[in-house]
Amino acid sequence: MKLLYFAWLRERLNRDEEEIDPPAEVVTVGDLIQWLRGRDEAADLALQKPELVKAALDAKIVRHDAPLGDAKVVALFPPMTGG
Amino acid sequence: MQTVRLQQAPFDPGAETNAFLAESAGAGAAVTFTGLVRTSPGDPVQTLTLECYRELAENQIGAMVAEAMTRFSLLRATVIHRYGTLRPGEPIVQVMAMAPHRGDAFAGAEFLMDYLKTDAPFWKQEQTPDGPRWVDAREEDSAARDRWSSDG
Repeated sequence: MKLLYFAWLRERLNRDEEEIDPPAEVVTVGDLIQWLRGRDEAADLALQKPELVKAALDAKIVRHDAPLGDAKVVALFPPMTGG
Repeated sequence: MQTVRLQQAPFDPGAETNAFLAESAGAGAAVTFTGLVRTSPGDPVQTLTLECYRELAENQIGAMVAEAMTRFSLLRATVIHRYGTLRPGEPIVQVMAMAPHRGDAFAGAEFLMDYLKTDAPFWKQEQTPDGPRWVDAREEDSAARDRWSSDG
């Protein structure tokens, strides 16, 4: 699946997207965030407060307990500041 | 009728307002709001850059406009939102709501602005004399949005 990062998450991870292939035990968005943290130190630091990380699956906002299912695009981003 | 436009190009708030008013469909009230890039002598901002997740923004804003149309019996609603790099004084966002009576037009426009602040996927970064800084989400903005979910 494709993973997108925005705003200070993108900056801290130094990439705006990547292809990932998480193992089968990564079921929910929350699982994915923990799995990403385990992969490298920058991700561990950037994602250390999961409550500050919002998520969308295929351009629909979801909670961290949402199953990834067969989503093609996962986006992680900080709280939004529109308007 | 609802319209959502996400664009990098500047827009003319007066021309947008006039075009909106030109198709009033019998409405008695139109409320238009323009949000501008702010700066102040004590906390100068040189430019404001808005990052946008376009596909999600189209979904999110489309849904909030549809809800406003139903909830406030709006006859028309339009949201124009810019992204990219803007200078102080430039319009960022324009919200326009048209209804038979003013109460619903005011409420519809305010509802849309409150939701845009917290639920539209834009992220603001200010360029200041001390360097760039990301604008934090504000607790007051979440509270302003949440008052709409307790039935009114």
